Amino acid sequence: MSSAIGTKVKALVLRTAGTNCEDESVRALQRAGADAEMARTDAAARDVERLGAYGILVFAGGFSYGDDLGSGRVWGSELRAGGLGDALRRHVDRGGVILGVCNGFQVLVESGLFEPDAAPEERSIALYANASNHYECRWVTLREHGGNCAWLQDGLEWPCPVAHGEGRFVVKTAAALERLRANGQLALTYVGQGAGGAGYPANPNGAVADIAGITDPTGRVFGLMPHPERNIDPWNHPEWTRLQAAGQRREAGEGLSFWRRMVEFASK
Amino acid sequence: MPDAAPHSTPTSTSESTSPVSAPAAAPAAASVPSPSGPHAWRVEAFRRRDVDDPEGGHARAALAEVGLAGLGDVRLGRGYLLPPTLSPDAVARAVRELLADPVLDDVRLYAPATVPAPSAAHRVLVARKPGVMDPSALTLERALRRAGILGAEEGGHVATFRAFEVPHGAGFDAAALAAAARRGLGNEVIETITVGSEALSYGVPSARPKHGRVTVTLSTLDDAALLALSESGQLSLDLVEMRAVQAHYQAACREPSIAELETIAQTWSEHCQHKTFRGLIEMDGQVIDNLLKSTIAAATHELAKPWCVSVFHDNAGVVEFEPDVDPERGGWCLAFKVETHNHPSAIDPYGGAGTGIGGVIRDILGVGLGAKPIANTDAFFVGPMDLPDARVPKGSMHPRRILRGVVAGVRDYGNRMGIPTTSGGVWFDEGYVANPLVYAGTVGLMPRDCVEKEIFPGDVILVVGGRTGRDGIHGATFSSVELHEESETEDAASVQIGDAIQEKRVLDGLLRARDLGLYRAVTDCGAGGLSSAIGEMGAAGKTKAGAATKGGALVDLERVPLKYPGLAPEEIWISEAQERMVLAVPPEHLAACIATFAAEDCEATAIGTFTDTGRLVLRYEGEVIGDMDLHFLHEGTPRPTRKATWTAPNLPDPGCPPPGDDPASADWNGALLALLRRPNVASKQWIVRQYDHEVQGMSVVKPFAGVRRDAPSDGVVLKPLASSQKGVALGSAAHPRYGILEPERMALASIDEALRNVVAVGGDPARTSLLDNFSWGNCKKPDRLGALVKASRACYDAAKAYGTPFISGKDSLNNEYRIGEESLAIPPTLYISALSIVPNVANCVTMDVKQKGNLLLLVGGTKAELGGSEYHAHLGLHGGTVPAPDLKKAPAVFAKLHGAMKLKQVLACHDLSEGGLAVALAEMCMAGGLGADVDLAVIDHEAFEAGYDTDATLLFSESCTRFLVEVEPGKKFNFQTKMMGVPCIPIGRVSGGTRIKVKGVDGRSVIDVSVDEAHAAFHGGFQG
Repeated sequence: MSSAIGTKVKALVLRTAGTNCEDESVRALQRAGADAEMARTDAAARDVERLGAYGILVFAGGFSYGDDLGSGRVWGSELRAGGLGDALRRHVDRGGVILGVCNGFQVLVESGLFEPDAAPEERSIALYANASNHYECRWVTLREHGGNCAWLQDGLEWPCPVAHGEGRFVVKTAAALERLRANGQLALTYVGQGAGGAGYPANPNGAVADIAGITDPTGRVFGLMPHPERNIDPWNHPEWTRLQAAGQRREAGEGLSFWRRMVEFASK
Repeated sequence: MPDAAPHSTPTSTSESTSPVSAPAAAPAAASVPSPSGPHAWRVEAFRRRDVDDPEGGHARAALAEVGLAGLGDVRLGRGYLLPPTLSPDAVARAVRELLADPVLDDVRLYAPATVPAPSAAHRVLVARKPGVMDPSALTLERALRRAGILGAEEGGHVATFRAFEVPHGAGFDAAALAAAARRGLGNEVIETITVGSEALSYGVPSARPKHGRVTVTLSTLDDAALLALSESGQLSLDLVEMRAVQAHYQAACREPSIAELETIAQTWSEHCQHKTFRGLIEMDGQVIDNLLKSTIAAATHELAKPWCVSVFHDNAGVVEFEPDVDPERGGWCLAFKVETHNHPSAIDPYGGAGTGIGGVIRDILGVGLGAKPIANTDAFFVGPMDLPDARVPKGSMHPRRILRGVVAGVRDYGNRMGIPTTSGGVWFDEGYVANPLVYAGTVGLMPRDCVEKEIFPGDVILVVGGRTGRDGIHGATFSSVELHEESETEDAASVQIGDAIQEKRVLDGLLRARDLGLYRAVTDCGAGGLSSAIGEMGAAGKTKAGAATKGGALVDLERVPLKYPGLAPEEIWISEAQERMVLAVPPEHLAACIATFAAEDCEATAIGTFTDTGRLVLRYEGEVIGDMDLHFLHEGTPRPTRKATWTAPNLPDPGCPPPGDDPASADWNGALLALLRRPNVASKQWIVRQYDHEVQGMSVVKPFAGVRRDAPSDGVVLKPLASSQKGVALGSAAHPRYGILEPERMALASIDEALRNVVAVGGDPARTSLLDNFSWGNCKKPDRLGALVKASRACYDAAKAYGTPFISGKDSLNNEYRIGEESLAIPPTLYISALSIVPNVANCVTMDVKQKGNLLLLVGGTKAELGGSEYHAHLGLHGGTVPAPDLKKAPAVFAKLHGAMKLKQVLACHDLSEGGLAVALAEMCMAGGLGADVDLAVIDHEAFEAGYDTDATLLFSESCTRFLVEVEPGKKFNFQTKMMGVPCIPIGRVSGGTRIKVKGVDGRSVIDVSVDEAHAAFHGGFQG
């Protein structure tokens, strides 16, 4: 890691045309203790050496290039073709963290970082149109699974909003899913009320195995559909007035802890 | 293995037997040579057979809804046409990199001049007509050039289409499918829809023959010929205006050019000039000189609130928000604007609503030096969802199709821009069948030192954003005329289609250039395009000492970047192509400003210079094609004198009967459930869930509240600054059914409700500002204009009484629909928006009841006011007294309730509106998942007249300035003390059970329904 002990870890929020969650992602990183700034990926690709200064790279959510040819398709293709793709792999090899939120997750899937050994046409995972065939914005409950990601807390459940039209995690084959499971890459799932699967709308998109987020084989590349940066303040929770009336004192939104733990991991 | 959704994933396919769909190798699909096929590579990406196809399923549902029976599994293929000059390897790369997903898609590839071989299914092709904006095609072309697949300078363009495959069925033939597809799968105004033909157009729109200055002979025309010219040229100028133009040019001893006439028509349009509001009106023997100035703006002027920073003169109203954060910039302000986009949405609901929201976002980007958009609002007024097909007028679409289209348009534009769509509403009435209304609004956040703009002679005119095409030619004048049966078949290229990502590029570049101080003024290209934007800016010139100059501008039209060649210069000048802004840039900052936009991949082009000659000069390739006096252009509009009358509809008062023929057997539960089911009351969740209302991470009170997170909030609250506890509350209201009966009381009631909505969630009534948006019938007709005068006067009265200034507004005054000789007007529709400052978001209140045992208090007095109510509509009754607030008493109710909220005395608060007390109570209980016991006998009220059943009136009257409030028993005394002087009595309690129970005045049970029954009724209606 490049960040010196005692100083804040540096984080870079990456954006392009159509990215729209960059401001709140920077805010979340700062609240979580990182020294955060943002850059467009085309500018970053012209100066890849600069990436060495950052412990965390975040692909922010939004609609990169309008998701016109498929969610994350054009931005992902740009990363594969441009100089940034190799730089991202070097960042991971150095021990750096990459987070992709919503459209950022879709872009990471397209970029091939989750399956570093597979050619793009051999990719076995995808994020696909919601089973409802429309965009949905709602709050869900997430469960963390320890697996290969060092900053997750196995079994921890917390509320978080989702907002997407193409967030259904799918795999090409059953074997691909088993591989992810065996490697401890199934990092985050949607949780429902009862036993069995979460069911709609607790699983808002029909994702296989209720998967909301995954990691790469190193555990340091993390993609998730929900937006933890939208649950940072105590009054973001959809029932904060009820929780307050019932006597709960709220200092922060539950999403902040996710960012804090990631920043702490990257600071070590 | 758990499988989350019934038709979720292809996980059942084992690895070894998985069908290979490697687009890298994409073998040419079965094809046949065809000289008529498009001369282009053709790619169709279908979902793999073992993957479910939600979009195909959606198309199947759409076809079934328009009556096609016996449909099998419909599949959608996303189609692309690529330049024939590409090598097969380059096409394979494009498919692999950009067009197909290796997990999900099967790709079919066809060489140029071949078409797919006949297949076992009907094929429906839907493609945009040449010249119609296609953002996906633009994205693909950019990506191909960036990836080097298409050379940077290489010619050739790309097009997209959709191919639906519909298995042959016994219930229909190709002709029936074609008819259904035209109604269900596309919009023929902008798309070609074919069945059984593989022809696709691959080209650009035909170019006009090139021309320079074209003179129009005006001096010799008589009145009839002047009017004929106005009509044939789509100028929408009346005879008085045409004569004024004629006289102006006669005095100048010359004839106008076509570019000059077009400029005058755009600038003088009702849409741009608000001639009705600013003209002379005769009513009841009085002459009103400028209705806007003498009513709505007069209230603002007289209130003289120091926190009103910029009102009625810029693209949006601006108020102070937080002076204590970044004081070196003067603190922070909020800008707010709501626009209508009615006529474009009637022709193309998706594109019309999308460009409506896109346009109002640009208003916010163009206020002062630009504000950051932080919230969108939307309101739709449409016909009933269950309207029989036979009642849909020729040339109109079914209200269902319109509503789905406008919802999708707002969704796709707002979500892509990353602006939360938070507040709004939908109203249903038969009066909107042929003329739907679409309102779109945006709130912006800006430093106070960016509120003013200035233009100096010599500043460069810089146009930034999208390229110019034939989009929206005559949009400003079109919106000022009545719709007619042929409206749906207007020129395809003139329909405006938005490209949200282009606008996001503009936003990203603009706010960065603003904070670098690289320009002095900005405005958006809206109605009238460059002609209005530059005409307006040109008139605002100043000397560096601050004195006003005569203004002026010199524009070289050939410098404007075009989407495709062949536009005539006057088309470039008046095109309403979207996503463009005009900046005034000091010459020394020009290079830096262009570079700032270039870094965001956004074109910025210098097209002229602001001057102080007082003239607007247009050149095309060096030739002067227009040279106009700016003063005449802006001040020369003849002010019309119009007559106004108002006669109240002469209806007997139907009273308020109990629900049922005799009181003993009245079905109170049935009435409540029926009201909850009524479209104007019922849940709009299917719409609001499709909007991203959480982006930017600022939400404090969301559109939804309660334990199931699906109950309707009164207003919403956002917290836009990380370093301030202040919030902004948004609310809105409209009451078209009231307006038909009494336009004056309608306006009062709408303002009261908008204020209730913001105060209910914690907004400060003393820091609330309003927007007025009038959509009316043809105001050249005295009865329509009379209603407008009465409503405007009521706006003045309410704004003065409440101390809530109007800060901006807009009107759309020609919402009539001609069928043969008959002209039908919409109900008079005043949409009021309220923006209120929340002093501390930690004190916000939601509408869900919180805790068993707490008291429910009714705040405000109930009168026998059911005219235009939902209860009357449910019973089929017309007439009676329209609700209106008591302007002497109402302001204290708001002030005191807000004071109690600041002391945290209120746990839940819901305003009483459509459906009255009964509906408000049911909504609060549904939200909290708790029952209530309420007793009507304790409600103190003036005696109701004969014909008004006491229980029914107390339950269903829509009297204004009323709230239902939850208070802990221990805080009742303090709350009532705080509310001293305002009717405020406990009428019941939150119960431990799950039943909503109401006792009538005689002690008998009237309502007794379970929370679940109410929930089912409220959520059981149309779901899109």
